[in-house]
Amino acid sequence: MSEIVAKAPQGHIEVRNFSLSYDSIEGPVQAVTETQIHVKPGEFVSIVGPSGCGKSTLLNAVAGFLKPTTGIVTVDGEKVNGPSAERGMVFQQYSLFPWKTVRENVEFGLKMRGMPRSQRERAARTLLGLAGLEAFEKHYPEKLSGGMKQRVGIVRALATGPKVLLLDEPFGALDAQTRVIMQQILTNMWQRLKISVLFVTHDIDEAIFLSDRVYCMTARPGSIKAEIPIPLERPRQQSMMMSSEFLALRRGLMSLIREESIKAMGGEITDLGMQGLNIQLHGASLADVI
Amino acid sequence: MPAADAIGEAGPVPATPPATSPAFGTLALRWYRLNRGGLRATAIGIISLIVFLLAWHLLTTYRVVFFVRFTNVPSPLAVYASFTKAIHDPKFLLHVLLSCRRIFFGFSLAAIVAVPLGLIMGRFKLVHEIIFPVAEVLRPIPAIAWVPMAIMLWPTNEQSIVYITFLGSFFPILVNTLHGMSLVDPVLVRAAQCLGARERSIFRDVYFPASLPHIFTGLTVGMGVAWVSLIAAEMISGQYGIGYFTWEAYSLVQYADIALGMIAIGVLGLGSSMLIRGAGQLVMPWRLK
Repeated sequence: MSEIVAKAPQGHIEVRNFSLSYDSIEGPVQAVTETQIHVKPGEFVSIVGPSGCGKSTLLNAVAGFLKPTTGIVTVDGEKVNGPSAERGMVFQQYSLFPWKTVRENVEFGLKMRGMPRSQRERAARTLLGLAGLEAFEKHYPEKLSGGMKQRVGIVRALATGPKVLLLDEPFGALDAQTRVIMQQILTNMWQRLKISVLFVTHDIDEAIFLSDRVYCMTARPGSIKAEIPIPLERPRQQSMMMSSEFLALRRGLMSLIREESIKAMGGEITDLGMQGLNIQLHGASLADVI
Repeated sequence: MPAADAIGEAGPVPATPPATSPAFGTLALRWYRLNRGGLRATAIGIISLIVFLLAWHLLTTYRVVFFVRFTNVPSPLAVYASFTKAIHDPKFLLHVLLSCRRIFFGFSLAAIVAVPLGLIMGRFKLVHEIIFPVAEVLRPIPAIAWVPMAIMLWPTNEQSIVYITFLGSFFPILVNTLHGMSLVDPVLVRAAQCLGARERSIFRDVYFPASLPHIFTGLTVGMGVAWVSLIAAEMISGQYGIGYFTWEAYSLVQYADIALGMIAIGVLGLGSSMLIRGAGQLVMPWRLK
């Protein structure tokens, strides 16, 4: 644990002039275009946007799984060239190794670093203790609930002491109650470790509750539509979600995203479908009405 | 993070042990309730085997001829008599032993070659592109069609029979290993890369364990085909082996020995499949329910 805390503030993520396109039979398809984002050391930043806007693409580029078509991704000034243990990642599908026990999963990154067995066993136990999972160290992931699996996923990503933590809709598959608890756990860990976090979600409440700043993306091809600082004080409590300040932020983000979601789905929505949204098309195209 | 536990999540909760240990009767009742399904299956299984033996006995005792002719089919008792004689006969044991040895060598060689080959083909596209077409052309040829070629290829009879057994199990193992490799969840590979894993450890810690269930499916199927191929090869070109024993019994008009040979093949095949299943459970403890 100590080696993880005792790090100088680092983990400055910078994404400049970023665009990413891939080839298809109809020619190149632009997934993300003209994007600049940054995460300061120790900052918690979320990206929200309508589905398919390329927010996961952006995160995967920061992780090093995708190469930008133009632009550059750097962490602490170093260009990202591929995945590395410096950038821990948590996936929506948990992605624990089913053939490893909970503790072996957490140990994996340390093993890759060549840490001797007894030492990494001790480190993994300490980390699991912090997440309240020490009783399950010998269990296989299949036997755990979704919330527990994702706690293991987070602990595993943090075990190697990465500079930044990247999370791709990590709580998307969890039920509402578990999700709230997991948000609290993540906040606690983040505050303790002073690590930079880039968090992708489509849940606006989640983004506001967790973040220092929220980037809102446009519909495909994705780019940054707005950057919203979240001035709510820390530590954050669940009760804040009812405060007028929170609700005002929520309303603002909500309308930004709704605009983009309607744009993204524009082609598929008919007059009839729009009635529920209280928008009258009268035969005009959706873009005209908006 | 004790807070999370205090609130509690759905998940395994250790059962609180009862204050006093329950009486034996209660325990027995509980054990029965928990294992009812298994007990039922066992009971029905035994009954159905008995019915099968009884039907066999009646059909052969009364020499039923109803399109199918049971006139010369040995009765279960006759087969049992030849069984008690055979287990004291060193020659019969030698037949069994030699068949087992051929299976052991043929199957082991197939596993040793096909599993690594499948893993490498699954990981490296070029190797796949080179080997796959050849494998696809050779695969549909039944092992028994290889018999004349095998006799020409190998200096001794023994080697050609082992070769046939090898061929029979080789392709099921290869195909299933390839299938397992193609189903490896790419997110797990990414997870490993994010934790600092390099090519070697990704292969060893992700691709290989992820493919293991399919590899074992391949081994089970391969073992079945190995016996099929072995028996065919022994019947055609053997001087020893349980397949040869069965064919020889037919030539010598020892009808009880035909059934004995068949049953011996069945039992040996069943036993070897069980060995593989057991090995699978040892190697993949995470798949135990």
